[in-house]
Amino acid sequence: MAIKIEHLNYVYSEGTAFEKHALKDVNLELPDGQFIGVIGHTGSGKSTLIQHLNGLLKGTSGAIYYNGKNIYEEGYDLRNLRSKVGLVFQYPEHQLFEVDVFSDVCFGPKNLGLPKEEVEKRAQEALRLVGLKEKHYRKSPFELSGGQKRRVAIAGILAMEPDVLVLDEPTAGLDPKGRDEILDQVALLHKERHITVVLVSHSMEDVARYVDRIIVMNKGQVLFDNTPREVFQHYRELESVGLAAPQVTYLMHDLKEKGWNVDPQATTVEEAAESIYAELQRRNGRQQMPQCNDMQAMRTGRLTGNTCS
Amino acid sequence: MSIIKGRKLSYDYFRVDEDGKEEEKIRAVDQVDLDVKEGDFVAILGHNGSGKSTLAKHINAILLPTEGTLYVDGKDTKDESKLWEIRQSAGMVFQNPDNQIIGTIVDEDVGFGPENMGVPSEEIWERVEKSLKAVGMWEYRSHSPNKLSGGQKQRVAIAGVVAMRPKCIVLDEPTAMLDPNGRKEVIHTVQELNRKEHVTVLLITHYMEEVIEADKVIVMDQGNIVMQGTPKEIFSHVEELKKYRLDVPQATLVAHELQKKGVPLPDGILSMRELEQELERAAERNQIHGDQN
Amino acid sequence: MIRDITLGQYYLADSVIHKLDPRVKLAGTMVFIISLFAFRSVSAYVVATLALAAVIHISKVPLKFMMRGLKSIFILLMITVVFNLFLIPGTPVLHFWKLTITEEGIETAAFMAIRLVYLILGSSVMTLTTTPNNLTDGLEKALRPLGKIHVPVHEISMIMSIALRFIPILLDETDKIMKAQMARGADFESGNLIQKAKNMVPLLVPLFISAFRRANDLAMAMEARGYHGGEGRTKMKPLVYASRDKAAYGMMLAYLVVMFAASRIKIFGF
Repeated sequence: MAIKIEHLNYVYSEGTAFEKHALKDVNLELPDGQFIGVIGHTGSGKSTLIQHLNGLLKGTSGAIYYNGKNIYEEGYDLRNLRSKVGLVFQYPEHQLFEVDVFSDVCFGPKNLGLPKEEVEKRAQEALRLVGLKEKHYRKSPFELSGGQKRRVAIAGILAMEPDVLVLDEPTAGLDPKGRDEILDQVALLHKERHITVVLVSHSMEDVARYVDRIIVMNKGQVLFDNTPREVFQHYRELESVGLAAPQVTYLMHDLKEKGWNVDPQATTVEEAAESIYAELQRRNGRQQMPQCNDMQAMRTGRLTGNTCS
Repeated sequence: MSIIKGRKLSYDYFRVDEDGKEEEKIRAVDQVDLDVKEGDFVAILGHNGSGKSTLAKHINAILLPTEGTLYVDGKDTKDESKLWEIRQSAGMVFQNPDNQIIGTIVDEDVGFGPENMGVPSEEIWERVEKSLKAVGMWEYRSHSPNKLSGGQKQRVAIAGVVAMRPKCIVLDEPTAMLDPNGRKEVIHTVQELNRKEHVTVLLITHYMEEVIEADKVIVMDQGNIVMQGTPKEIFSHVEELKKYRLDVPQATLVAHELQKKGVPLPDGILSMRELEQELERAAERNQIHGDQN
Repeated sequence: MIRDITLGQYYLADSVIHKLDPRVKLAGTMVFIISLFAFRSVSAYVVATLALAAVIHISKVPLKFMMRGLKSIFILLMITVVFNLFLIPGTPVLHFWKLTITEEGIETAAFMAIRLVYLILGSSVMTLTTTPNNLTDGLEKALRPLGKIHVPVHEISMIMSIALRFIPILLDETDKIMKAQMARGADFESGNLIQKAKNMVPLLVPLFISAFRRANDLAMAMEARGYHGGEGRTKMKPLVYASRDKAAYGMMLAYLVVMFAASRIKIFGF
């Protein structure tokens, strides 16, 4: 159920010199509750694709079904769809406008025509879900830091209580700290609310840590659609379309080629370290790994061949 | 010789309330001593709000120190009569590519700086050609900047600075708004400029992979310089970097994890290639010791 | 939709018209527009049409691009035509209900429509073949004498060229903000006038804030690149009249003479 995309095509500026086939025969199914990463470089069609999910853009041909109903059918309530498939755009600056954070988050539910108490209840809950401290509620959204603004923007969508949350590059322009906090928060939200989360990103490293499924877009088409471990196996193809697998993928493949018995599907630092360690121990036979007693020497980088034996 | 020399440099700004009264004084940069050698590639790391951008804006005399002094190419930035000379010797590239391109055509934008300096027309053309070629954007000289990708726009912005023939270029998070391809393009361009034209580069960033090849890395936190050294030295301190909430290259992290498990690896591994070599060495050592036992 | 506005949209091509001095093009546009209003006769308009067609052909800009500018004035054009058609008294041609179409009405409506269309086409030739910076340079130089009476000519032209550079960026941004708010259930279409105006707030606030931020950034970037007003500034592309510019002035004069002569010849009594 949930969202089903069938033979979706999108051509913009049709008939002019700028004509571009932005989506080509896209077929996808996004079942309830998944945490999905959509990856592609600029111009791959990933942003165009997600704007179709809530009907902001209308496909040139093809169909999108939300819970079984074709959203392109005449009389389909697109405004209702937009509250069910919540789309958070890249820059929070594009949506924050109210005098304070709380009123801004109220904007979405207010547009749904809900009574005031319900609107405020939802705003409160949404702000709690994104982990924004209460002392910020009455501040102007423009006084907040980049990471906080992004939380407010996400809360603004969550307050409509969507079933699907789509985030377009939620970490763009944030520093590593802000990036980790936002992604952790989104992961928590996914766990707590069991809503479908679609995370658009161009960073493989970010996505690999969180999602169950990766959709790789290239030139308006779906290039890969699988678990991160499977998708990263195609690291050579990914590279040829201007993307890269996480760095560890390269390490594991190289080691494998050199005859090391390591797991080439490891996608995170922890998995990689674990696998390499196991192999080192295997290679060492029944003997114990030599334990390094002189940690101090290692820290300062003055390690010689025998220091640790 | 130091091209940039800062001594006890501090900068305060004031948050004002609605009536325009001072609410609180915030120290963005605190008693910083900064030395940059001519021809070096220096990277400044730090999370948002660490003071790194504020410090950068001093080098171009956009901001003046509240306390302390800063010399750029031997000139005190507080000396108003030298202002335009300072801006010429230290060029600046900003984060948002759209908000720093003034011209509606690529070549006109690159010519903007030299025009301001009063360079004769024929020479402006020479400089524009040379700078655009240096950043690999010569073929785009008659394009509109609006049609370029983010990375290309930033390269045009860099050319605009290069055309002023600065001794030093300060880049304030030039890749923060770019995708990975754009980021690579820009960093590659900057490295080439440093290598071939011997321009001193001061790169402010929070992307680790961009600082690995720097001559020197400076880490800032809460307005202070908290770490300083070669990339190898800096990345030997994984735990400390984590404390400042900075990223560490994945190769360094894997090495660090293995070290924690007791695998004897040297500190400061920066690339996967390096890690591979060290792992092989470690495995060989094990083998030898294994045989001896 | 909003992207269709040709304003500040330079069309890159290698043509004589592109290479002309912007002052020549400014003067040429003025001459053309004045001629449309000064000489009202069929024969003169035939000459004007030929001249415009020739210039468009030489400019190598596809007609499609020229026509795009017309879209934005379509409603204005319709209103003008309708008003002239029905409201000008004279010899009746057609009469139905309370409305009368007169001979004079048809004549005026036709001339007004042609004038408007030619006016837009004529100025589109200029904007499509001249980079906005070049155009403002032309204006700056043409208006330089005004500097003597303390008109800040350099500043005005700088403001204009920055505006031209940022119009497409801000249009793009408007589009993005609209989408972001629509994703939150904002409605920009329905409701009466007051409601519509109220509904614009979520669009206008982020747009203004962004524009101010951009202005701030740009000012800093300009200063960092040594901008300190027009004094002591040189030009990368200084405006010097070449022989083709002088030739163009000659053509303009010739055009005026022909127009004048043509306006004396009557075709179908006009």
